[in-house]
Parts: sequence; structure tokens; C-alpha cells
Amino acid sequence: MPFTRKIVRVSKVTKTFQLGKVEVQALKGVDLEIAAGNYISIMGPSGSGKSTLFNMIGGLDKPTSGKVFIDEVDIAQLDAYELAWLRCRKIGYIFQTFNIIQVMTALENVTLPMIFAGMSNDAAVEKGIQLLKLVGLGDRFQHKPFELSGGQQQRVAVARALANDPAIILADEPTGNLDLTTGAEIITLLKRLSQERQVTVISATHDIKMLNVSDQVVWIRDGRIEKIEDREELSISVGQVDIKG
Amino acid sequence: MKQNYIHVPSVKTPQIDRQVVLPFLKSLEISFKNLQVRFFRSLITTMSLVLAVSFLSFVNVSTDVANSLLNTHDISIRQALIRSGYDVSPEDTSVGSSPKQRWIVILSLLVCVVGIVNAQLMAVTERFREIGTMKCLGALDRFILRLFLIEAGMQGLAGASIGAFAGGFFSLLNAFLSFGPIAIATVAWKEIALSVFLAIVIGCSLSLLGVLYPAILAAKMQPVEAMRAEY
Repeated sequence: MPFTRKIVRVSKVTKTFQLGKVEVQALKGVDLEIAAGNYISIMGPSGSGKSTLFNMIGGLDKPTSGKVFIDEVDIAQLDAYELAWLRCRKIGYIFQTFNIIQVMTALENVTLPMIFAGMSNDAAVEKGIQLLKLVGLGDRFQHKPFELSGGQQQRVAVARALANDPAIILADEPTGNLDLTTGAEIITLLKRLSQERQVTVISATHDIKMLNVSDQVVWIRDGRIEKIEDREELSISVGQVDIKG
Repeated sequence: MKQNYIHVPSVKTPQIDRQVVLPFLKSLEISFKNLQVRFFRSLITTMSLVLAVSFLSFVNVSTDVANSLLNTHDISIRQALIRSGYDVSPEDTSVGSSPKQRWIVILSLLVCVVGIVNAQLMAVTERFREIGTMKCLGALDRFILRLFLIEAGMQGLAGASIGAFAGGFFSLLNAFLSFGPIAIATVAWKEIALSVFLAIVIGCSLSLLGVLYPAILAAKMQPVEAMRAEY
């Protein structure tokens, strides 16, 4: 295997939540390395610590012990300002519930991260229109979120995640609120973007359709990594899961 | 804000490129749109301000009118003033608002602030997800704080202006009805303008004061908490 840059490195991470008087250990020592440009799926039953690991990688939450490196930067060392910069420039987020800002049009949603990044309004609008065309919403950029279907909202979210050309796209159950066909479309879109733009896509998911396009699947169970499978092994162990939209 | 930026080795871009910004005009635009979209909610917040400020303005302008009437040194007007409830003893050359009146005004302003805090807390809860999303996109705490403060400032300015002018107008109308045209003829417009202006300033400050706690709460929120919130 040729040497590839590790975009994400998780080292001996544990996370403990305090639920009332009970301490719950969501992650019990996780080590993980993710190579740049790959399409990774994190799979596991609910309550397995999947979302917690996902939040750690996204810099949304800090580990109780252990370290998370994004592009070889320890995110625990970053102050609020640098963390905001990381979220703005390095990581694009896609959520299960789309989280399009309701009061803004599709285009304004896409341009907002670019405005945060210091881009001029005209440049941001131009790039925003380009991105919306890229995700197949070229004619709907003046629409408000409530005028868009779920699949279209998720496309806006994908365009927004790409706004500042991030190195990583984090997708938390991106197909969780979508029907089969629309979900498959979003997965195809993410895969295409990851190949065309060399973006690392990391998605936490239950969706078996995801396995098909993943370069690597990380199985989580009970706060630990159960196994990590590459694409080749996967087709053997999973067999026939050929669902094409 | 921490002053010492930790050296991040792999990020080679110069410091200037690592900024996260939200230009003031853009925040003004976002705040304005927020008010537009949530028009009725913001109307309720604004209404409580309108009522409290118009009361304040009414009381102050009435005192101004009474003072300028007293300065005419006309015995019959002095009698009329006493009849309509002002405490004017023979040697007085000016009337102040009574302590009871002042208490009622202060109380009404307090109630108004509590109302604003309540309404703004609701607004923040309603917008948890939106705030969290913005933070995931790279918004700093102070962007969120600024958005809420600008919104409250606009609400305050609108509400307090309407209230102050309405209060002033009704006070003059009241004076005209009880004392006749002379009340308007003797009016010291400068004093009244000052009272109205003061009422607007107080109204704006109250609106900002009321939003401060909810806005800080919103700004301090961790993005992951916002994502978890189910609304």
C-alpha cells in the first residue's frame, strides 16, 4: 500500500458522560487512522459510541482522555478561535436533519461559510451558484428551505459543506431522513464528489447502501472498534448488497 | 479571548488568512431577515416595550406640560392644575412627578424587562439548532452575540420610538382636553423633545439589557449540544 497522508488520527480516545449520578463510558479506547481522500463509513448499532466518535473527529466534542489529530493538529490544543477556523475551513458537516438555516435561501445557506471565511459577497455568490449547480440544484437557489424537498435540502447541505473546499466532509446519517431512492442519490453524489475533489468523506450510518461505495468500513460495538474492513474484504463478507439507485 | 495563538505546524497559511469574520453589514442583514421572518414573535417582544415606554413618556411629558402651564403664573390655571390632581402648593414654581408615580413607572419598566428576557429566552430555545449549525460552519461566540444584540437593538429602537411618540402625543392630547388650547400654546417643545428622547434611550437600553442573558446563553452553547436538541 502506497504511503498516504493521514487526515484524521484518533489515539486512545475515551469519553465518559455523566448521566445524573451514573457515569457512562461511551468510548473505551479507540485508535483509528483515516487516509486522505478515502470514503469511510462508521457503522454500528445505536448506543455503540458511533455518534460520540463522530463528534470527536468533527471537533464538536472533546475526549475525556486520548488525542484526536486532524491533519496532524491536536484539536484539544486549539482555542475557540482556532476551532472555529477549523470548522469553517477544514471540515464540512452534513447532518441527518439537514439543518439548513430556515430563514435563509438555499444560496444564502451555501454562501454563509464563505462569508465567515472572509470571502467577498460577490465571489461567494458566484461560487455558491456553482456549487448548487454541482449538486443539481442550479435552478432553485433562491428558494427557501421549506420550499425544498428533503433530498433537495440535503443537496443544499452538501453544497454548503463543500463551500470552503474542506479536506474532510463529516456526514452524520446523511440518508437517515430520506427515502431509499433519494438516499441512494445523495450517496452517489457524495461518492462522486469525494472522487472528483479528493475530499475525505467520513459518514456515520446505519445505511447498508453506504457499504457499496465505502473504501473502508469501521465497525463500532460497545465503545470499541470491532473491525476495520477495506473495500476488497467487504465484498466477500457482505456478499451481495448491490443496491443501485 | 486568548492572546497567545498556539503554533499550528501543518497550517502554513499566514495569520491573516486564518481569520473567521462576519462583516457588520452582513450581520445587520441577517438580523433584519430574522426579524422579518419571525415578525409576530418579535412584535410581541416589541409590544411590551411600546407599552412600558409610552407610559414613561406619557408621565414625563405630562409633567413638562404642567410645568410650562405653571410658569404662566395664572391663578385660574393653577387652580385647574390642582383640580386635575397635581400637588401644587402656593409657593411652588414647578411640579415634579409624585413618588408614587415614579414607582409605578419603574415597576412597569421592570415588568417589561422581565417580559423581554422571557420572550428572548423562548426565541433562543427556538433557534438552538440554527445557532448550532452556524457554529458548525465556523461562527464565533461573538457573531451569535452580535446577531442577538443587533436584533434587540432594532426591536428596541422601533418599539421605544413608537412608544415614546405615542406617549407624548396622548399626554398632549390629554392636556389639551383638560386645560384647553392654552396647554398647547404654552408648551416648551424643547423640554418635551428631551423627555421623548430620554424615553427612547431608556427603551433601547432596556431591550439590550433584556436580551443580554439569553444572547450570552446562546453564544456560549457548544455546537454539539445544539445538534442534540430535538425541536
